[in-house]
Amino acid sequence: MPDSDLQLDESGKLRHFLSIEGLNQAILSEILDTADSFTSVTDRTIKKVPILRGKTVANLFFEASTRTRSTFELAAQRLSADILSLNVDTSATVKGESLLDTLQNLEAMQIDMFVIRHQDSGSAHFFAQHVRPGVAVLNAGDGQHAHPTQAMLDMYTIRHHKHDFTRLRVAIVGDILHSRVARSQIHALNLLNTAEVRIVAPRTLIPVDAEALGVRVFEDLEAGLEDVDVVIMLRLQRERMRGALLPSEKEYFRRFGLSQERLARARPDAIVMHPGPANRGVEIESSVMDGSQSVILQQVSFGIAVRMAVMSMIVGQSGLQAGGDA
Amino acid sequence: MTLPAVEKLIDELTEALAPCFTDPASHPIIVGIETGGAWIAERIHARIAPNTELGRLNISFYRDDFTRIGLHPTVKPSSLPPGIDDATVILVDDVLHSGRTVRAAMNELFDYGRPRRILLAILIDRGQREIPIQADFVGAMLELDAGSHIKLEGPDNLSLVIKTVDSNAG
Repeated sequence: MPDSDLQLDESGKLRHFLSIEGLNQAILSEILDTADSFTSVTDRTIKKVPILRGKTVANLFFEASTRTRSTFELAAQRLSADILSLNVDTSATVKGESLLDTLQNLEAMQIDMFVIRHQDSGSAHFFAQHVRPGVAVLNAGDGQHAHPTQAMLDMYTIRHHKHDFTRLRVAIVGDILHSRVARSQIHALNLLNTAEVRIVAPRTLIPVDAEALGVRVFEDLEAGLEDVDVVIMLRLQRERMRGALLPSEKEYFRRFGLSQERLARARPDAIVMHPGPANRGVEIESSVMDGSQSVILQQVSFGIAVRMAVMSMIVGQSGLQAGGDA
Repeated sequence: MTLPAVEKLIDELTEALAPCFTDPASHPIIVGIETGGAWIAERIHARIAPNTELGRLNISFYRDDFTRIGLHPTVKPSSLPPGIDDATVILVDDVLHSGRTVRAAMNELFDYGRPRRILLAILIDRGQREIPIQADFVGAMLELDAGSHIKLEGPDNLSLVIKTVDSNAG
């Protein structure tokens, strides 16, 4: 079953959030608009709204995470949900329990929403196929497949600074091949009608089907940065170095690291983004990361509002009785 | 049915609310409920006390029927002046019916602070309350069939329209 059939209900509303593929521009815009209305919640005396009151959210992280996990937790808490966070690699699965058994045991605890990160592509999809009706699954990163809430918080950050996607050139730089973030970003940027999406990477880190994704491919960083409005740097996944895809970190920085000098190729008002965690001095120079064009920490803050938006849209999914009582 | 002229009702509400603004120490703040209530609040505010602060509430996050009707991201987010603690909040809405909107609005207000007093000003009170909430200031009483829906249209040239809810519309 494709993600679109699983993710949307009969009336086209969000039921699960598994990948950007299969969604449409209207849903993406609705997520961004809804996130807008949540940013103000953070400025109030009581940073909570009662939308998920009485609901239980389980954070299931089979893979390590700091930012994604903690912003999902905060998002659920600001929506008044009860939240259970499990580091699964340190618990049951180590003892041999299957994914399905873990799921069923948690379902027996009346969980309403699962937030899942797993090293296997398709695992969130698998969960969504097996949960009970009315239980939602949010993908917090599955293998090399998708990381849709990260992509949406990146879209939110871009829209916050640049407003109109149809005039933008966006360059995604780094290990595209292994990056679920890049895949989700490319789909989202294209759905939002971004004028030009570029990927910039050494040949060994470019997926074979790259052009089919609707991007321009650059193997030279300086050419790839020419006149762009947004630069998205990806983490160099050091664990990949062993696969002989890259000569060395030093060599990588020399060719693909973002320095002030190279950033000058982009438009003067270009913003620099990074999904984190960043390797200073490998893919990005410290002075760029802490510089005036960097919006990296803002991405983290916006992540809370965007995750609140997705969770609340899933709970308020059935738009059958619009209008309500006075 | 002849519906009352909205501007005239707003004039009358403005007049009735004037005494609330004679003592600045009571710190009066007008707060309109999105969307209809906010339009009325803007007009009362402009006529009575343009120098005081004006707030608006989007109560979608607080509705008790949220899971049925969902969010309306097109509605402007809430915006309240800082420091509603010890203020007199004059809550303004277009139609008072079940009372659930006002309950949601009060729940939201208390997440911003602790007002000293909340007063409720309503353009049209159509009765048929489902919870014990009453308005302090009412533009007009209007009795309607349970199946009818009265709505304020705006934001320019405010006017009231009655719609009969089609039970097949879902």
